[in-house]
Amino acid sequence: MANSINPFLPKIGTVLKVVQETPNIKSFQVVLNDQERMKSFRFEPGQAAQLSIFGVGEATFVINSPPTRMEYLQFSVMQAGEVTERIHQLKEGNPIGVRGPLGNWFPYEDMKGKDIYFIGGGIGMAPLRTLLLFMLDNRKDYGEITLLYGARSPQDLCYKEEVKEWEARDDMELILTVDREFPEWDKRVGLVPNVLKELAPSPQNKVAITCGPPIMIRFTLQALAELGFKDDQVITTLERRMKCGIGLCGRCNIGTKYVCIDGPVFSLAQLKELPPEL
Amino acid sequence: MSNKGRFLATDKIPGLLKRLGGTYRVFAPVKVSDTVILFHEFKEGAQLALNKQATLPPKEILFPQTECLLSYTYHKDPENLEKSEVQVEETLEALPTIIFGARPCDARGLMVFDAVFNDGQWRDPYYKARRKATTIVTILCTQPENTCFCTSVGGGPTNTEGSDLVLTPVTGGYFAEPATEKGGALLQDEAFALGHNKADEAREEREKVSLESELELDGIAQCLLELFSTDFWKQVSAKCISCGACTYVCPTCYCFNITDETAGVKGERIRTWDSCMFYQYTLEASGHNPRPTKVERYRNRIGHKFSYHPTNYEGMFGCTGCGRCIKACPVSLDIRQVLREVKVHG
Repeated sequence: MANSINPFLPKIGTVLKVVQETPNIKSFQVVLNDQERMKSFRFEPGQAAQLSIFGVGEATFVINSPPTRMEYLQFSVMQAGEVTERIHQLKEGNPIGVRGPLGNWFPYEDMKGKDIYFIGGGIGMAPLRTLLLFMLDNRKDYGEITLLYGARSPQDLCYKEEVKEWEARDDMELILTVDREFPEWDKRVGLVPNVLKELAPSPQNKVAITCGPPIMIRFTLQALAELGFKDDQVITTLERRMKCGIGLCGRCNIGTKYVCIDGPVFSLAQLKELPPEL
Repeated sequence: MSNKGRFLATDKIPGLLKRLGGTYRVFAPVKVSDTVILFHEFKEGAQLALNKQATLPPKEILFPQTECLLSYTYHKDPENLEKSEVQVEETLEALPTIIFGARPCDARGLMVFDAVFNDGQWRDPYYKARRKATTIVTILCTQPENTCFCTSVGGGPTNTEGSDLVLTPVTGGYFAEPATEKGGALLQDEAFALGHNKADEAREEREKVSLESELELDGIAQCLLELFSTDFWKQVSAKCISCGACTYVCPTCYCFNITDETAGVKGERIRTWDSCMFYQYTLEASGHNPRPTKVERYRNRIGHKFSYHPTNYEGMFGCTGCGRCIKACPVSLDIRQVLREVKVHG
């Protein structure tokens, strides 16, 4: 049986580069060994893949490089469990399995012509990075682009080089915040939902896209509602423990939906139709 | 259908299974103790137990409790030990197989599997290949047990959905009627005699069977959603000890886990049955668990079978009414009682 029709069979890739983003987050740039496969690999912003360390297992990560930049696939991995611990040991040139793309994606077509307000927290910046870069690469399709990005401390901010670039751009606005005061931190201080309320963006012709720790998402959704954002103007991405990634193994369901195939991207309107089991 | 029927005398069955064993893997229910009947690969001299529901459904034959999805080998570069390569091989194998002596609930259980693994958005190549290579010979139930409730969930003791060859118990043996071409092919064997004189008896036997539909499940999917955030589930699941037996004996439960097992430079990626009744099933690496107690897990199990699955798959319940979860439960939780209460409170 050809590999392509067995969804359980990972494609073998090689780690091209490892970037230490924060003390516990590394980004891995991966290319598939089969050049033809790499060339024909197609995905949409927001889709995920399962990374395999053969002998340890698989875990799901968003592909956080955009499809407009296909030199490699990037995955940002926070060390949290057994698989991520072993991924963190990978060095340039090491093999890795890639199974994907999996899941749905950000409805970027529907967002054309609208102002986009990204709200990211910690490692939750990973999926937002994909869509942000995609939109910057298709800049004329979108209105104002704003990124509110928070982390616990300055050293917990990912993508530091890009953050500098984004700060310098005049076609997007970047607001950085950390949870409390730190020496030499001259930007905002405060939790993301609180900063959001201070900034009070108008919901007019705007889509808010948020991802971060569950507690941040919960309060961010509340803040957006207070600011007048309607449920269909708010988009978030969910996580669940996933094994198969293709809606079979059963564990990532919320009611009738499987996060691995019906998500990870949901609008708040869609989430409110599901049983409250986040 | 009946004019194609043949008679299979009980004493011809061991010979039939032996001959079929030359071409197929043949599984049949075998008595392994006074209380346990299991589908085993047929061997001459085995004590067949065809007059009772087997303790476990035959789902394991198509969806093994443990199976290898792929194998991998690491190759180290002798010039540079830091460098390694990995080679991955698919291990899919599907041998021609016969399941002899399934019950209508068992055959129908495979239709739930088919909807998920065979016809879904993503097909499962392992299940799909085995399903294609498997012929299901079903014995209709002329004596349902007191735990049986197949008629309440859309099936019935004489239901032939999912079967390839259907056997109706008659005097001295079985009247065999093909339900598919695959099943009809088996009738070529010499064990099957002309059967027209048994056709009427078979029909009468089928008409005699009575199993009243004891549950009224109309609208249950909605009732379950309405009860979602109530204390109902705390009360219902109070006795549950999260042992998972209900899911392992269920002909429609298909949740699985995937793990790697390595020895030296070689290893296998293994798929094993899992159970939504276990804490670890939804435990995330962060420590967050969306279904942290048995209350949420039990709610999800019933919700999946009677609300989510029918919503996703054209009304088909994720339950065939085989009653095995009732028999296997160590604390006597009876799914029929739970469903009645859902209807009362929902």
